[in-house]
Amino acid sequence: MWTWFHRLASPPSFYQFSEIVSPWVLLSALGLLGYGLFAGLWMAPPDYQQGDAFRIIYVHVPAAALSLSLYTGMAVAGIIALIWRMKLAESAIAALAPVGASFTALALLTGMLWGKPMWGAWWKWDARLTSELVLLFLYLGIIGLNSAFVDRRAAARACALLAIVGAVNVPIVKYSVDWWNSLHQASTILKFGKPTITPEMGIPLYISLAGSYLLAGYAVLRRMQNELLLRERRANWVSKLLSEQKQP
Amino acid sequence: MISVIQHLAREFRVAARHKTEWLMPLLFFAMVTVLFALGSKPGDPRLAEMAPSVLWVGALLAALLTLDRLFRGDLDDGWLEQVFVAPGAPTTYALAKMLSHWLLTGLPLVLLAMPLGLLLGMKAGQGMNALLIGLLLGTPILSLLGGFAAALTVGLPRAGLLLPILVLPILSPVVIFGSGAVRAANAGLDSSGPIYFLAALLTLGLTLLPWVASVALRNAFD
Repeated sequence: MWTWFHRLASPPSFYQFSEIVSPWVLLSALGLLGYGLFAGLWMAPPDYQQGDAFRIIYVHVPAAALSLSLYTGMAVAGIIALIWRMKLAESAIAALAPVGASFTALALLTGMLWGKPMWGAWWKWDARLTSELVLLFLYLGIIGLNSAFVDRRAAARACALLAIVGAVNVPIVKYSVDWWNSLHQASTILKFGKPTITPEMGIPLYISLAGSYLLAGYAVLRRMQNELLLRERRANWVSKLLSEQKQP
Repeated sequence: MISVIQHLAREFRVAARHKTEWLMPLLFFAMVTVLFALGSKPGDPRLAEMAPSVLWVGALLAALLTLDRLFRGDLDDGWLEQVFVAPGAPTTYALAKMLSHWLLTGLPLVLLAMPLGLLLGMKAGQGMNALLIGLLLGTPILSLLGGFAAALTVGLPRAGLLLPILVLPILSPVVIFGSGAVRAANAGLDSSGPIYFLAALLTLGLTLLPWVASVALRNAFD
């Protein structure tokens, strides 16, 4: 088990592993997401207060959960990259940032679309909304810092440090609805104890959550492969891979 | 082994030889505030209400202007490399750099904030006290965080706007709590809550950021 794990950490074997795994990840992501969205948008009953408008949670909640999870993943990859100087973790930082930024933007946009009919405003300077916006800026800062360096390894270490320092924002976003008097409603599903959502609405939500995580995982795997090819373009395994593809 | 005091003494000697450099952020701060007052309706009472956030943002931007050059000179003349070769922790060097930035830029800005606040129509009293205490706690946080970001970007040829883009999102709680304290004090409420929060942020930053910045500086050489 451990030797397999160690071998996986080397760029060529990770590339091969990801080449085999990622189509299956994409397939299961599309299946779960397709069922989750269909069940959420057509089969689940309308909310007694919000009517059909509540259905945006099948996109909004997974996007918001991913925005935090991907940032946490980036900070963890940053710690690994700084301590063990692992190339795989370095490429993970570069791969996670754009995916996380997209999901953060999606969470903000869907929240705004929902906020207009429900709160009567696109935007409020509220704790949850503001901290999520700061999260987006942090992601964009990391992307900017990453592209400013010529040396990819130095770029990854600089981004790792920034991601770790910026990680103080993650608990602020997560608990902002509990700590401050926020307009955003408190969590109904991702909390300890019994969820306060009926199974007819909840089960499609869990399924689309799982599907979104797999979709994000697929995007990250593919981006990591690209990043590895770019970083190791002078290495033997890349030129062998390319020559194999040229002469089938 | 070079101590923080020795590093600081060097910083002040260098600063004494560039006599007008420390004046630039102050002039910038004053001009931004004056322009804001000129841009709004003459005698508008809302100007005094907006004053805390104007002063906070103005002071932060003014302090950010000098951060770009914090480690640049030392990198160019080889001093930075010597710090890593010499015995002694690079953390003390990073801490001394951040402290000197605060003493030469942050503290004068805080002192200037009072006359500028009066200029914008703020009354001397609880609100002004909360503004000054908040700035006294908030500007060192900027020097620490900004020093960290300057360390991250020190090897880059065109850091330019990247530095403020890295620093400002992490600084947003400082602005929120800082001007929140003033608003609470103006409304006759207790402003100690946000002030304590700023003090906690400063303690956290002072403990961790000089060390993180020295790690980032080493990254410029590897």
